[in-house]
Amino acid sequence: MPADDLPATGADTLRRGLRVLGRGIRDEPRMFALAVAGAAVYGAGTAGSGWILGRLTQSVLAPVFAARRITPGQLAVTTGVLALVALLTSIGVACRRAAGGAVTYRLQARYRRAVTRQYLRLPLTWHHRHPAGQLLSNANADVEATWQVMAPLPMALGVLVMLVVAAVAMVEADPVLGAVGLLVLPAVFAVNVVFQRLVAPHVARAQQLRAAVSGVAHESFEGAVVVKTLGREAAETERFGAVADELRDANVAVGTTRGLFDPVQEGLPVLGTLVVLAVGTWRIAAGAATTADVVQVAYLLVLVSFPVRALGWVLAELPRCVVGWERVSAVLDARGEMRYADARLGRTGAAELELRGVDYAHEGADGERFPVLHDVWLNVRPGTTVAVVGPTGAGKSTLAGLLVRLVDPTRGRVLLDGVDLRALRRGEVAAAAALVPQSAFVFDDTVRGNVTLGAEIDDDAVRRALALARAEDFVTALPEGLDTRLGERGTSLSGGQRQRIALARALVRRPRLLVLDDATSAVDPHVEARILAGLRSAGRGGTVVVVAYRMATIALADEVVFVERGRVAGRGSHEQLMRVNEGYRRLVTAYGRDAAERERAHGVVGADARGEGTTDDVEQGAA
Amino acid sequence: MSATSAIAPGNGSGRRDGAWAVLRRGLALTPQITSGLGVTLLVALVSTTGRVLVPITVQQTIDEGIRAPGGPRPGLVLVLCAVAAVGLAVTATCAYVANRRIFRSTEAGLASLRSLAFRHIHDLSTLSQNTERRGALVARVTTDVDTISTFVQWGGLLLVTSTGQLLVATVLMAVYSWPLTLLVWGCFLPLFGGFRVLQRRVSAAYGLVRQRIGETLGAISESVVGADTIRAYAVEERTQTRLDATVAAHAGAAIRAQTTVALVFSGGVLVSGLVVAAVVGLGTALGVAGHLTLGQLVAFLFLVQLFTGPVQIGTEVLNELQNAAAGWRRVLAVLDTPADVADPAECGVVLPRGPISVRFEHVWFAYPGGPPVLRGVDLELPARARIAVVGETGSGKTTLAKLLTRLMDPTCGRVLVDGADLREVRFSSLRERVVLVPQEGFLLDDTLRANIAWGRDHRRRQEPAARARQEPTTRGRDDPSEVTRALADLALLDWAERLPHGLDTQVGQGGEALSAGERQLVALARAYLADPDLLVLDEATSAVDPATEVRLARALEGATRGRTSVAIAHRLSTAEAADVVVVVEAGQIVDVGPHRALLGRSPVYQRLHAGWTAQQRSAAMAGTVAGDVAARAGSGATGGRIDP
Repeated sequence: MPADDLPATGADTLRRGLRVLGRGIRDEPRMFALAVAGAAVYGAGTAGSGWILGRLTQSVLAPVFAARRITPGQLAVTTGVLALVALLTSIGVACRRAAGGAVTYRLQARYRRAVTRQYLRLPLTWHHRHPAGQLLSNANADVEATWQVMAPLPMALGVLVMLVVAAVAMVEADPVLGAVGLLVLPAVFAVNVVFQRLVAPHVARAQQLRAAVSGVAHESFEGAVVVKTLGREAAETERFGAVADELRDANVAVGTTRGLFDPVQEGLPVLGTLVVLAVGTWRIAAGAATTADVVQVAYLLVLVSFPVRALGWVLAELPRCVVGWERVSAVLDARGEMRYADARLGRTGAAELELRGVDYAHEGADGERFPVLHDVWLNVRPGTTVAVVGPTGAGKSTLAGLLVRLVDPTRGRVLLDGVDLRALRRGEVAAAAALVPQSAFVFDDTVRGNVTLGAEIDDDAVRRALALARAEDFVTALPEGLDTRLGERGTSLSGGQRQRIALARALVRRPRLLVLDDATSAVDPHVEARILAGLRSAGRGGTVVVVAYRMATIALADEVVFVERGRVAGRGSHEQLMRVNEGYRRLVTAYGRDAAERERAHGVVGADARGEGTTDDVEQGAA
Repeated sequence: MSATSAIAPGNGSGRRDGAWAVLRRGLALTPQITSGLGVTLLVALVSTTGRVLVPITVQQTIDEGIRAPGGPRPGLVLVLCAVAAVGLAVTATCAYVANRRIFRSTEAGLASLRSLAFRHIHDLSTLSQNTERRGALVARVTTDVDTISTFVQWGGLLLVTSTGQLLVATVLMAVYSWPLTLLVWGCFLPLFGGFRVLQRRVSAAYGLVRQRIGETLGAISESVVGADTIRAYAVEERTQTRLDATVAAHAGAAIRAQTTVALVFSGGVLVSGLVVAAVVGLGTALGVAGHLTLGQLVAFLFLVQLFTGPVQIGTEVLNELQNAAAGWRRVLAVLDTPADVADPAECGVVLPRGPISVRFEHVWFAYPGGPPVLRGVDLELPARARIAVVGETGSGKTTLAKLLTRLMDPTCGRVLVDGADLREVRFSSLRERVVLVPQEGFLLDDTLRANIAWGRDHRRRQEPAARARQEPTTRGRDDPSEVTRALADLALLDWAERLPHGLDTQVGQGGEALSAGERQLVALARAYLADPDLLVLDEATSAVDPATEVRLARALEGATRGRTSVAIAHRLSTAEAADVVVVVEAGQIVDVGPHRALLGRSPVYQRLHAGWTAQQRSAAMAGTVAGDVAARAGSGATGGRIDP
């Protein structure tokens, strides 16, 4: 995964960060306005209460304390005004926080939808270039990082209002004392900016290391069986501990930086207040100010000094926001989506399939291209079954994917009923063809949902498809039958069971072209034999392309295509290929030859070489 | 899920007790956090006194400096302020020291907690049993610990100093005016009570948010991991509809939670403001009655600010605290799960190297909450034998392999290697001698070479003696010649060299640059390089083409001659080549013997074999046409049925 690098220059971050903020405000203008209005009321109210207290001290408290006399009216006005300001301020706070939260979460939801729309639109080649973990974090953590800044933003804008009110109130009380106060507030702000600058690299590093810790844990737990069986637990704990220790150091660096700046940021207004008191007494002695003026300025300083930090929070969030947005927009701006045209397939019945000079190159994460298929020509007549046979890594699965347009060829054309797949409109290929992949994907849904995938298919048809895929027995045995939830939060299935669900998913659609990519590898041979027999006897009349190693599967085929190192190395009936193609012969007869050779060895050397005594021991053990 | 149940709203007092227990247990596990905590708290308390410097100075300045009988005394105020400034410097330094100490000790504790939990999870059999729960286990050593760290960074010390601040402010307020102090407490006490009730609603709201974000993540991961299937069935729209629904549900829950918090918080602001108004009102009345000076009243107002600050921040800190406690509880829950497949370590037996024999003694096994998978298995596997285990899917073959390699332990009964109970064998010894190759060969995002060397490199570090032995021939941890030799031994070197960059080919995330069959080849080479005395193959070549599989099987036979191997396979070519075939059905061993003997007497084996030969039959028929090579194949396929 790319490192959580901070953008190089502060000014650049600020500019780009402000652009992101602008976009967020444009997307949610009303809620944002409400939040800012609330924040402004809060800001004005907070600073205003300091001013009011000063004025009250001046006009009510000082005379009252001096005269030792108060009227009920004075008392009511004093408390009433303060209570009213408190009420307004708290309403402002409620608005600011509720609306600010709404802005943040609405933006997150909006961009999560946008990002996942891209995932569903972008071609699989794009998917293959990006690790699943990265895409997950783009739609989740990065979207969150982008818009988290919208939460403190209204508060920061409210603080600006507060600062203006406070500045006016301080200067109005006494210009000299006001000047002291006006020096302190920017100083708090400046210290905050310095702090954010210093802490940002540590925060970014901690963020990066959190991802690294998660990566190691994920990989290690994912490979748990291998870790365990190779006795790597200690080595893995060491590997994990090393990253965890780095994270610890980064967190300590963040903490100690914060630990240094927190007292400074808290101390500055206190220092300012002390200066105000000292200078204020001197001003009072000189007759230039009143007690109330001093109280007002000192109180304002204390009131305002904490919220001023909100400006710093926004600045602190900006680098994260910019990095998050860069990653999100990389997805949103990704081009090369699979294009669809508007042709339709008019025919019914079995499909005709043709490949003309097809090349395909796999593109690695670094953009390097590895050729997989070269100049593949293929013609499958309607209603026939073609077996694709070839050694491990020959490109068979890639070929299977091309047939249903999971990917487009780098060169050449794939034609269904004579129409280039790229000329067809969206959904047309899927309506005609179904692929059952090597590793079956099970959705977090019921058995029924996994088979129908939301299509209008009645339960009888679902049951028939499950029966044909030999999945009916175990589905019936599930606690809630067709309604049993599978997947992440549901029942776990074995590999063979998953494959049979995936097979039923394809069969229920009665596809005109069925592509099976070694789709029964985890199914027992005799179950597979029954599935294949069922496919044939059901007389479904579709065209079938099957990637297979097993002779029984190959025997079903009217034609065999032998693929070797990305090329079609032979075509014809099984018998023809056996005669003319050495590679094919070696591949499909491997088990037979092996058995025969063992048989001969057995005949020549005899069973004694293995030691009958050994076998007897075993049989006794089993008894 | 435990994640949601732990933070679900429940019996308040019960949960509080739980929180204390969590704290005690957690601190006991991470002594780094508590070491020197007393000093840290003391320093923190000193730093808290800094907060009352301003109110006291304000009061003194107003009463003694400004409103002094003889007129303002700037000199006295200057001294007062200077003293306060010194006090400020001292308390600020104390705050820094306390911060530093607390960050260092807690982060050290949390890092060791992570490693502790990480290691413990590897010792849990669930990890190898239930693939769906792995994501949740990752969270135990990442986000759950992060919530504790976040709490410490943001709120931990704040909570301590805020409490101190409340106490100091209360004492000072009482000194100035006890009626006003009673008023302040009288206003805030109901607020505290209300907070506890509201807090429950808030945490319930956040619990729902966490659940919704989990669902959203699940839906997003479907759109990413299942991209091929979604595309193949053109169900983009349906997927998007489902995604949109979970995203909207999350946003809705988050906004509701945020609104609840906003109301609670603004309620705090309102009460704080009203308290100021009430203090001014009552304070003025008290002042008129001669019980309070103006300086004391103003100082009191400053102290109220000291009081309301913690109360307002407290609502947020308490939220973080609950998150942290929930996270901590989840980590502890993992650590409290008994390590069912733990290393006996020093108490364990060390097996000398050499051929291994295995004995299952009346072994039963059931997955938690499930029916028995193995039912009373008695089995003896002789040393040096090549053993094949056959049976239908779900018959218990894989369970047998997992018990044999101690990925889990039997529910009852024993598994013995060379006469020693597996549970008593030291891991370092066991893992060196017994290696399993699972069906899904796990690959690191690294080069082919590094992936193959992975099973070997850590051993060399653990055994200086072994390293010394190998020093003349090997250099470095990924010795090229070693990997090359292993591939050559297995007749896989051709294949590896044909890859785009040979042994230096990057295999990608989870090995996605390789095909399923190729990933299995890597896993096999890795296990071979680990050089075990007992090699257990669990459908390890199921996705490999027949020619390669046969070639590989032959190469392995030669390379592991004299050692014990157990192969689980549904391709019966493996059984034909084995010395001993074990037939498993419905969790029981129904027969054991050589292939030929079983063909004669075991109905289950005959059925399995008939299925297999049916698959191969067309090869035999074609063979009669295709001449010599295929004719040999034909005799092989039919030979089984003629032979008694």
